[in-house]
Amino acid sequence: MFHADQVRPPYARLADWTQQMPDELRCLKQAEAEAFFRRIGITFAVYGEGGDPDRLIPFDMFPRVFTQAEWRKLERGVKQRARALNAFLVDIYGRGEIVRAGKIPAALVYRNAAYEKAAAGIVPPRGVYSHIVGIDIVRTGPDTFYVLEDNCRTPSGVSYMLENREIMMRLFPGLFRENRIEPIDSYSTLLRRTLASVAPEKCTSSDPVVVLLTPGHFNSAYYEHSFLADLMGIELVEGADLFVEGPFVWMRTTEGPKKVDVIYRRLDDAFIDPLCFRPDSMLGVPGLMDVYRSGGVAIASAPGAGVADDKAVYTYVPDMIRFYLGEEPVLQNVPTWQCAKSDDLRYVLDNLAELVVKEVHGSGGYGMLVGPKASRDQLASFAERLRADPGKYIAQPTLALSTTPTFVDQGIAPRHVDLRPFCLVGERIELVPGGLTRVALTEGSLVVNSSQGGGVKDTWVLAE
Amino acid sequence: MILTVNHITHYRYDQPVRGVVQSHRLYPSCFDGQRVIVWDVTLSDGIAGGGFRDAAGDWIQGYSVQGPVDALSVTVTGQVETRDLAGVLSGHRESIPPEAYLVETPATRADRTLIELGRAAKGSTPDLLEQAHRLSGAISDAIVYRPGVTAAHTTAAEALALGEGVCQDHAHALIASARSADIPARYVSGYLLVGQDRGEAAHAWAELWVAGLGWVGFDPANRCCPDARYIRLGSGMDARDAAPIRGIARGMGAETMDVSVAIQSVQQ
Repeated sequence: MFHADQVRPPYARLADWTQQMPDELRCLKQAEAEAFFRRIGITFAVYGEGGDPDRLIPFDMFPRVFTQAEWRKLERGVKQRARALNAFLVDIYGRGEIVRAGKIPAALVYRNAAYEKAAAGIVPPRGVYSHIVGIDIVRTGPDTFYVLEDNCRTPSGVSYMLENREIMMRLFPGLFRENRIEPIDSYSTLLRRTLASVAPEKCTSSDPVVVLLTPGHFNSAYYEHSFLADLMGIELVEGADLFVEGPFVWMRTTEGPKKVDVIYRRLDDAFIDPLCFRPDSMLGVPGLMDVYRSGGVAIASAPGAGVADDKAVYTYVPDMIRFYLGEEPVLQNVPTWQCAKSDDLRYVLDNLAELVVKEVHGSGGYGMLVGPKASRDQLASFAERLRADPGKYIAQPTLALSTTPTFVDQGIAPRHVDLRPFCLVGERIELVPGGLTRVALTEGSLVVNSSQGGGVKDTWVLAE
Repeated sequence: MILTVNHITHYRYDQPVRGVVQSHRLYPSCFDGQRVIVWDVTLSDGIAGGGFRDAAGDWIQGYSVQGPVDALSVTVTGQVETRDLAGVLSGHRESIPPEAYLVETPATRADRTLIELGRAAKGSTPDLLEQAHRLSGAISDAIVYRPGVTAAHTTAAEALALGEGVCQDHAHALIASARSADIPARYVSGYLLVGQDRGEAAHAWAELWVAGLGWVGFDPANRCCPDARYIRLGSGMDARDAAPIRGIARGMGAETMDVSVAIQSVQQ
């Protein structure tokens, strides 16, 4: 919010707003927000941590603000990245030109755990593998944004983006009168339109049947699954609600079987079809892959999309942008050391205390090391793990992440944030002006993951 | 050589099941070594899904049967003209890069002995084809053909430790040690014209990638490369991935399966 000790212009009105807000009112509003979230049931269960599975994710009432100019750059960068990632997926499951051209090592692609041989040769409708691309971005200076990682499978969190806005509008309607804030409520319409636009060849209807396939209510993102299905006006289904007959997938309904054209699946490749992948999975639909591969149904994201958001493949995204689009990347990658390379590994081991080390296939902030915050013992034991299996890890410098004002017990204090905009890719590429801002609530912490005690806040893009 | 195929699989369920879904890889590959004269796959029940040729060149056909189902049979009949190409899979259209066939699967995980066999073959000669032959020979030596001692879930390492097994075990062991030596390898399922005494008519072998030649078949169970007695159906990472019939039944009924395969050569 501050630049050279001056309040940055987009935050000027908010500075007045907080100064005029008495403490009692703030407490009252905070309690109201919590009651709202409890009532609608938006919770985030944390894997493997025990405790309350229906824990609320903390909500911070101080919004994060982008100017129109800042957003335009972000939008350009995010859309560019989403295009390149999809071009990459179509390419590697096709002729593999980028590998032949020597721009990315064959082993990284074809020996990748997320490479799906069953997807080889498939060009999904409109050439889209990843229909919802969540790109995690941090800011390190007034004009400097870095992409931390790409999420091409089933990025979650968009329900928080929408609900955070909803609650802010309820709590502080005045703010929305005084500030010209770009609306984001078109997201569900755009998502539905995006999914309908990728209906398969064999779908002759002008109004394709779209369903959301969830692993079920025990999944940590189940709230989001039901929320999105509800907003889009589509059926929320589990594997047992669908079945394959002939060349199509059908949904059981009270009026008999109904053909399904597009499946927005919120479960991993390994679980979608026990006939093709894990035979012990009860969550998926037997025979689904054969129907998909013969063009009878579309799956979003398409099976195999995960190879594009692997943390080692991430390093090559700027090269993908140049290779497929002939453009220079708008958003920068964080410099990344591949521990699989011996020179990189040596550097990482020598500088472990200054670096952030992540597992290539990890997510949710688990199994990572934040060098500057780690004890000597932690550093030593992590170094051992690195030496034992270097290919599992990548390392990045600790970035001076931007902070935004955040309500804390002592009043207002700066806390580190990141941003996940959700880019929709179908017939068109769409991005609503906003995203999910996650905030590290612990002073000085750089880990914003909700599973590690992070919170969320509303994200504003100011109209011109 | 002209080979005729009669392959019938009977499924029986002790209680009727609600439905069956199958995925078939039951159509002969298209390559210079074989040509289909007639070929037919018939199910006693159910309807066909959309068929398609996958990027490995196999024709995949889905089938679904709505229940109640208490029995199902899949009948494959046909006639194929074959040629001996010394195992070389020439004229086969596929687009998956060989690199993708270096990935381990649970059934083809290489243990120290398998890695050692791979390393020994690789180090014995610079000639890539000769390396593959030596490795296949080493697997033939290490696993004696003996039916009934291994099962469908036996892994490469287990079969090697046992020293006995059937064609699936030979293929898995060869694939595992080849991959550990950075030689792309895959599992192939098909049919074999067998003599009176021994062998499996529903057969499996391995293909190894030999730069310059492409995919070359090796059958360590019979100490040879596939010739005119072989009909190739399809390939995969391991036996499960390359299975000619994969199926899932919905319901409580226990399944029993009965398979008969007859391959004969037509006198000319």
